[in-house]
Amino acid sequence: MLGGALRRRVRWLPFGLSDAPLSRLLVGVAVVIVLAMIPMLDRNSSHISAFADTGYVMILAFGLNIIVGYTGLLALGFAAFFAIGSYTYAFLASPQYGVHLSFWPMLLVSAAVAAIFGLLLGAPTLRLRGDYLAIVTLGFGEIVPQVFQNLDKYTGGPDGIAGIDQPRLFGYAFGFNPTPYYYLYFVIIVICLVLLNNLRNSRVGRTWMAIREDELAAEHMGINTTSAKLLAFSLGSAFAGVAGVIYAAKLSTVSPSGFDFNTSVMILAAIVLGGMGNLIGVLFGSAIIGLLNFFVLPQSSNWAHSLGTALHMDFLQGVDLNAYRFMIYGIILVLVMLFRPEGLVPSAARRAELHAEQEAGAGIALQEQAEFGADIP
Amino acid sequence: MTDPVLSLHGVETFYGRIQALYKVSLEVREGEIVALIGGNGAGKTTTLRTISGLVKPAAGSVIFCGHSLTGVSPDAIVRLGVVHAPEGRRIFPRMTVLENLQLGAFARGDAAAIADDLQDVLALFPRLKERLAQKGGTLSGGEQQMLAIGRALMAKPKVLLLDEPSMGLSPIFVDTIFEVIADINKRGVPILLIEQNARKALQVASRCYVLETGSIVKEGPAAALLNDDAVRKAYLGED
Ligand SMILES: Nc1ncnc2c1ncn2[C@@H]1O[C@H](COP(=O)(O)OP(=O)(O)OP(=O)(O)O)[C@@H](O)[C@H]1O
Ligand SMILES: [Mg+2]
Repeated sequence: MLGGALRRRVRWLPFGLSDAPLSRLLVGVAVVIVLAMIPMLDRNSSHISAFADTGYVMILAFGLNIIVGYTGLLALGFAAFFAIGSYTYAFLASPQYGVHLSFWPMLLVSAAVAAIFGLLLGAPTLRLRGDYLAIVTLGFGEIVPQVFQNLDKYTGGPDGIAGIDQPRLFGYAFGFNPTPYYYLYFVIIVICLVLLNNLRNSRVGRTWMAIREDELAAEHMGINTTSAKLLAFSLGSAFAGVAGVIYAAKLSTVSPSGFDFNTSVMILAAIVLGGMGNLIGVLFGSAIIGLLNFFVLPQSSNWAHSLGTALHMDFLQGVDLNAYRFMIYGIILVLVMLFRPEGLVPSAARRAELHAEQEAGAGIALQEQAEFGADIP
Repeated sequence: MTDPVLSLHGVETFYGRIQALYKVSLEVREGEIVALIGGNGAGKTTTLRTISGLVKPAAGSVIFCGHSLTGVSPDAIVRLGVVHAPEGRRIFPRMTVLENLQLGAFARGDAAAIADDLQDVLALFPRLKERLAQKGGTLSGGEQQMLAIGRALMAKPKVLLLDEPSMGLSPIFVDTIFEVIADINKRGVPILLIEQNARKALQVASRCYVLETGSIVKEGPAAALLNDDAVRKAYLGED
């Protein structure tokens, strides 16, 4: 009985959330409450800062997931769009040019600028087959930080741009306190989740997945594959633009070194680890990679140092686990590929979905089809 | 006589510098099944791809219901009702049968009619109805072919282009597929049918064209071609 009640879909919720069974919704609400309370429970601001930075990994992973996960286009060098978003904000909200546009609209402006660059890169390259696309986007990812580095007249060169404006909300200044950024990321991630959940189940989402499955067949269905791929590319880039603005504001400075290949690899690792194409998987994957990167590795380096001091072991005092970051990503990815090639989440979730449908039989499937058919405009 | 639903006039198609079609002209009329037969590499698939806009002809014209399809994008051509079930089935493997069928209706705007058509397609293919929640890639070859045809029907074709629907199927399944093709045609959908199984194709078709190295070398009523010595020799495996 209870199981049935929990599995019942909650019809009155907006934004497509009503498709989730009640049980999953309750878990979601509980997780949201706990995460929202973290800054009150943990008063160490370097911890909060690490949690907040995990937020940009998540937003970047959402964006890349549209391109790689939903549409199946292997784009490397995604950090380029993150850089473009950051620098757009830095140009328009810092002493560099004496322009000081407000933070909030800049979220959208930078998203649009990154999306336009996504279009500019995508238009000529999306015709290319998989491996060529990977190489071109990889090159783009290398070129963009180089350009920011070499145009020092405009971009401050390797030092970048400092003194970037930080957000204010109703007179409250965010400053360098990580807590408001944590909440900002939090809200934006929730918005992203709702948006992406709808997008995936929308007409556009279905075109992306059809292209991922079989591009030629998608063309035969009357899908305009070129525009669908361009849309995926620019929309994914827009997410990177948004992440870039918050990242630049929180640090109050940007420099080319923040957007190197390592960042691109980190994001790709996050979505592969969690499970490409699955929203919850990507959320988990990016949380794990982000926390590992910003929290676990620095923290455990500190512990190793204290341990080294206590035991008078020079080796431990000097160890920097951050240096092993990519080895650790590598090990994680190899393990995932070996044991769960579909990523941490989707295999489990998909299996559950399939079981539910088989239990309920074709009757439910038919009923769902009627609803599904009805929302094709 | 009324105008044909679909006609090609002097179509020439190239892949890069290789010419695949030479002055191909053919037509499909209301109520017809037209067979297009020919050996491997003759240009049959290319003919269908040219009609559905996936390759652009260098010369000649494709006319559908009085509109020229030249320069029209492939998605717009599907929306006009020219539906092409591709060679080799090309099911979306990780999507369910239901999702595959729904994608077939992608280009349509009439939601209510889509639900009705789904019922029709499932009535035509009861095996698909039992497997709605199964992933397309896990269907048997024959079931996948049913799904491919069902998916094409979901687009509500005004003319249906079928590329080797019996490929790789057991003899019993081949019979089933040909029955279905005849059935679809009886419901008023003209069909342009490519087949390796020339005998079956000629039995079900009203007219036939024979394509050899990119040119139409023979055309006529299917019954006549069934008795044509050259055709019997080349395509029906008789001496
Ligand atoms: N994308 C392509 N690029 C270059 N040449 C191609 C391409 N597609 C087909 N061809 C060539 O065009 C010719 C016609 O090919 P097509 O696929 O139309 O033949 P077909 O009659 O369908 O053959 P089959 O019965 O084997 O399917 C062949 O010589 C083939 O090699
Ligand atoms: Mg062929």
